[in-house]
Amino acid sequence: MAAIETLVPPAKVAAAGAGSPVTVEARDVNVYYGEKQALKQVDLDVRRHEVTALIGPSGCGKSTFLRCINRMNDVIEGCRVTGRISLDGEDIYDSDLDVVALRARVGMVFQKPNPFPKSVYDNVAYGPRIHGMAANRGELDEIVANSLERAGLLKEVRDRLNDPGTGLSGGQQQRLCIARAIAVNPEVILMDEPCSALDPIATARIEELIDEIRANYTIVIVTHSMQQAARVSQRTAFFHLGELVEAGDTPEIFTSPRDRRTHGYITGRFG
Amino acid sequence: MTDLAVRPMALRRPDLSATRLRRRYAAERRFRFYGILAVAVAAGMLGLLLGSILYKGYSAFYRTEIALPVNFDPAVIDPAGTRDPAVIAAADYAKIARDSLNARFPDVSSRADRRALSQLLAAGTDLRLRAIAMKNPAIIGTTATVELAASDDVDMLMKGRISRAVGEADRTLTDKQLAWMDELEADGLVAYSLNTTFFTAGDSREPEEAGVLGAFIGSILTMLVTLALAFPLAVATAVYLEEFAPKNRWTDLIEVNINNLAAVPSIVFGLLGLAIFLGFFGLPRSAPVVGGLVLALMTLPTIIIATRASLKAVPPSIREAAYGVGASSLQVVTHHVVPLALPGILTGTIIGMARALGETAPLLMIGMVAFIVDVPKGFTDAATVLPVQVYLWADSPERGFVEKTSGAIIVLLVTLILMNGIAVFLRRRFERRW
Repeated sequence: MAAIETLVPPAKVAAAGAGSPVTVEARDVNVYYGEKQALKQVDLDVRRHEVTALIGPSGCGKSTFLRCINRMNDVIEGCRVTGRISLDGEDIYDSDLDVVALRARVGMVFQKPNPFPKSVYDNVAYGPRIHGMAANRGELDEIVANSLERAGLLKEVRDRLNDPGTGLSGGQQQRLCIARAIAVNPEVILMDEPCSALDPIATARIEELIDEIRANYTIVIVTHSMQQAARVSQRTAFFHLGELVEAGDTPEIFTSPRDRRTHGYITGRFG
Repeated sequence: MTDLAVRPMALRRPDLSATRLRRRYAAERRFRFYGILAVAVAAGMLGLLLGSILYKGYSAFYRTEIALPVNFDPAVIDPAGTRDPAVIAAADYAKIARDSLNARFPDVSSRADRRALSQLLAAGTDLRLRAIAMKNPAIIGTTATVELAASDDVDMLMKGRISRAVGEADRTLTDKQLAWMDELEADGLVAYSLNTTFFTAGDSREPEEAGVLGAFIGSILTMLVTLALAFPLAVATAVYLEEFAPKNRWTDLIEVNINNLAAVPSIVFGLLGLAIFLGFFGLPRSAPVVGGLVLALMTLPTIIIATRASLKAVPPSIREAAYGVGASSLQVVTHHVVPLALPGILTGTIIGMARALGETAPLLMIGMVAFIVDVPKGFTDAATVLPVQVYLWADSPERGFVEKTSGAIIVLLVTLILMNGIAVFLRRRFERRW
């Protein structure tokens, strides 16, 4: 493997509709799993270069909403989505829209670290490879090195690029998954409880990372930890029983929630 | 459901007494013992089976030979002295063989005794002598010592498979023949060597001339057809049904039918092959291509079910990860799901192929049970397969076919083990890649 030494600072590609501060716009979104309605009339704006945290009790629909943004729900049998979600003004549920292209623009990091059973290098290189982002091995090396560096993992895995990604520690695996998502250079990164399987130190490392990469990406994170939401996010949305109860700037939500249910949840008196 | 009402109750604690503990340990020990017993019984049965086959079959791999000075008499072979290959080929080598035996036993004079004497040698002795003379015409006119294969009865006698204790009437060899053989053995003219005929010949009515090569090649050709058809079809079916097909009534129906198909008795597939491939399409009878088609139909459901099971076993998180970076459905399947399922797919395939290799019944229906002497040269030549050969030989009355039957079983088992070995090797290779 070619030595990965040079590090090019990430250059953000200006996307269409970049003028607007809102990246993802959800209007009147309803989601049904068969007969059961999982999301009810959700309206939410996700702003560019900000971290939006989705909080709420288990089964409230926050993960469902997250998975609507890159149409991951398409894979689930019997799942139906109505309403409108747009990315940079473009309806992502439009029948002409290519879902593969959408997922290249909206990356995802999952609850449980799920690296491919391949080498560290191949994990990161997979996305760029299938999207034809590198013309030769040198360019691919460059993308892999940059992605690993931005995920804060390069120093730790520099000598282990050919080792299986599944052999890393849990926290490293999750950062590898973040590097894998970054490698495709998405506009939005969705994170579904990315720290729930990690210890506090690895969690802190990921939170730092989220704060660092926020400058280049728009991030939506689902979390069960209100402290985490308070620490990493600029905006917070509170879901309850499939409804979006309240959304606003994070300090506001945590200090002066307007809804009684939000207040009850963030103060731990939920019932 | 019973009414689970909460009522006030007495405080109850777990019973941690020594009696319960002892009973638990005893139950565990008993269970272990049953397990070991079951393994021992299974291993014992397998050992018994293999032992009996090896004991009966090992003698098929060597044969008894009698070293005789053979006079390649030019007066018999080529009286005109032309050395024309056509003349040499047409000569009466049976007489040459008879003469060499008569020369060894000059006292035997009656016609009946002389015939009995000539029966010591294998039925194909004249062909063997002809081959020698054809290959080396210079030998004509000389006397050379040739090791000639003994007839199957003599072979059985020398291998101890025929008892001398039974009366002459109950034996295939007469007392006189026994005496002649004793004399030959005393002279050190009886030798044993590798039975090359067994590995290089097709079937024969004479045990000493019969070999497994025809059936072996037939089996290989049939398996090639089966593998080439069943593997891609089954994997494609399983991948489509598991990864792409919508889950509706039609796919449910297909799934139920595939599962039922796996349980259909194999002879039914033979009837189907007879009706469709031979009757309707007019494909050649007894041919490996038809055998392969029939066995492919039989193997399909096995591979489909195994492939679907191993596709299901691929963790959904891997699919999600691949979808998450923008892989298309086809890329998810070909880059991640199928490679991860490949060890399981190969295991299923080898189970199906092993079953097909050992299958007899459906092949009887399409004429692969015919008595075929020639080694097949192609997919449309008449052929038989190893298990059918075993069945044919087991059915033959000659004593010499008993060891041939077991010998063919040994060849079949070795082929199976080799096939499994290749599968294990491939599986290891694919596992290491990930």
